[in-house]
Amino acid sequence: MSGNKDMELIDENGKRLDGRDLDELRDIKIEAGILKRADGSAYIEWGKNKILAAVYGPREMHPRHAQEPSRAVVRARYNMAAFSVPDRKRPGPDRRSVEISKIISEALEEVVFVEMFPRAVIDIFIEVLEASAGTRCAGLTVASVALADAGIPMSNMISSCAAGKIDGHVVLDLGKNEDNFGEADVPVGMVPNTNKLTLLQMDGNLTKEEYEEGMEMAMKACNEIYDIQRDALKTRYSTTLEDQEEIDEDISELQEGE
Amino acid sequence: MKEIISTITKDYLYRLIKEGKRIDGRDLLEHRELDVVVGSIGPAEGSARVKLGDTEVVVGIKMDEGEPFPDTPDQGVVITNAELIPMASPQYESGPPGEDATEVARVVDRGIREGGVVDTSKLCIESGEKVWMIFIDIHVLNFDGNLIDAGGIGAMAALMNTIVPASDFEHGENYELPLENIVIPTTFTKIKDTIMLDSGLEEEKIADARLTISTNEDGDIVAMQKGLSGTFEYEDTLECIELSQEIGESLRQKVIEFVEEGKI
Repeated sequence: MSGNKDMELIDENGKRLDGRDLDELRDIKIEAGILKRADGSAYIEWGKNKILAAVYGPREMHPRHAQEPSRAVVRARYNMAAFSVPDRKRPGPDRRSVEISKIISEALEEVVFVEMFPRAVIDIFIEVLEASAGTRCAGLTVASVALADAGIPMSNMISSCAAGKIDGHVVLDLGKNEDNFGEADVPVGMVPNTNKLTLLQMDGNLTKEEYEEGMEMAMKACNEIYDIQRDALKTRYSTTLEDQEEIDEDISELQEGE
Repeated sequence: MKEIISTITKDYLYRLIKEGKRIDGRDLLEHRELDVVVGSIGPAEGSARVKLGDTEVVVGIKMDEGEPFPDTPDQGVVITNAELIPMASPQYESGPPGEDATEVARVVDRGIREGGVVDTSKLCIESGEKVWMIFIDIHVLNFDGNLIDAGGIGAMAALMNTIVPASDFEHGENYELPLENIVIPTTFTKIKDTIMLDSGLEEEKIADARLTISTNEDGDIVAMQKGLSGTFEYEDTLECIELSQEIGESLRQKVIEFVEEGKI
C-alpha cells in the first residue's frame, strides 16, 4: 500500500487497468481432486494466481506435545514457491507466510468439526505456484474445497475475497498493480450465507464509510465465489444420467458375458 | 505450549460475562490502567515501558545506517520485531519467534507503516546508497493478555521519544525523529456473543475471536486484524470501529501526556 499518486489505476471510463468494473472479480476457476496422493486436493486459478491446496488427515499429530486432548488441530501451511514472483523469493517460511498460515488455520478451524478427532491434526498445504495479489484469499478459498474433497466433516466451506481502495475509489479484488500502488486492502473470509467473518485484515487507510462500502462488495463476492467452490465439488462428484447409463451398459455387458 | 484454564474458572468467567461483568470488576469496554514510562533505556535511541494492567512490555528503538531496498531507493526502513521471552510466561519457550510473536510484530508494524507514522522519505541520507533504518523491538516482560495493544502503544510512545543519532554517523546534530501521525491499536475480544475491550489473560484463554483495529489522528482505519478461530458479525465490526475511534483518541491523549512527562 504505497498510495502512489503517479500511477493511474482507473481510466476516464471508470474501468480498471485490466478492464474490470470497480465491483468486478477476476476470473476464477477451481478444480477439485487433482492430486492422487493427498486425501483431498484442489487447484485454483484466480486472475493470474495459480494455487494448489492438499489436505492430509485427520492423522496423528506430530509433535505430540502439540496434540489437543479434546479436538483436532487444523494446521495450514501457506507457502510461496521461489519462482512464483518476478524476483525469486527465498524458499522457506518468512514472517509474512507464518502470519498468513496462522490466520488461514484459524479461519478454517471455525467450520471443521474438530471435536470429532481428538489428538489428531488436519494438515492443509497451500502452495502458491504463481502469485499476483490476493493469494491469501485464493489460498483460503481453495483450501476449503480441498478440505471438502478430503471428506473432512465440516459445517460449511469458507469463501474469501478482498476489497480495497485505489485512486480514491473502493473496489473489489485488487490486482497486482492495484495492490502495490493502491491505498487500502481488506482481505475477508466468510462463512457463506451466514455472513460470519472468519478472516478479516486490513492495511492502508479507510474511513468507516469506505470500510462499509468495501465490506458489502466483498461479502457479496464471497457468496458468488461460494457457488464456484460448490460447482467444483459437484463436477468432481456428481454422476450424470449419461454416466449412469454407461455404467449400466457395462454391467449388463459383463452379465451377458457370464 | 498452550495455556490451560481450569473448568471452574472458565465457568465462572462465562457466568460473569452473561451478566455483563468481568473477573477484575471492569466494564466490558474499559481498558485496564495504562502506564507508560519513556526513555528509561539508556543505550536505545528511544524507549517505552508500558504497563497495561499486569501486562508489561518494554519497547526499544535502535537506529542505524543501512542500504535501502532496491525498489524504494530514497526511503528509510522500519522493522518491527517482537520477542515473547520465557520470563514473561510459563508458556513461552526460548528460541526464534513463533507464530504468536510474529503476529504481534506484524500487526503493530502494519499500524505504524500504513498509518504513515514515520515519513520514510525523510529518512534518506543518500539516495540508493544510505538510509536510516529504524528497528522497533518489543520485549514482553510479563504476559497478562492483550500484547498487541501494549506493544502497539509502546512502539508508538518509543518512537515519539526517539532521538536520531545523527552525530554518531557524522550527519550533523542529533534531532528528534519527525513523526507524521499517532496510531493507536485497540483490541476487542468476543466471548460467546459478548464483545469486550482489552482482555486479560484469563479472558484471552477462553476468547472465541479477537479483532484489532488501529486508527490514526483523523479517526481513519489504518490496520485491522482478526485473530482466533471464532467469527465476528459484520455489524460487530462496525460497532468496534466506532468504539476504536473513540477509545483510540482518549488513549492517544494519554500517550501524548506520558511522552511529555518523560521530556521534563
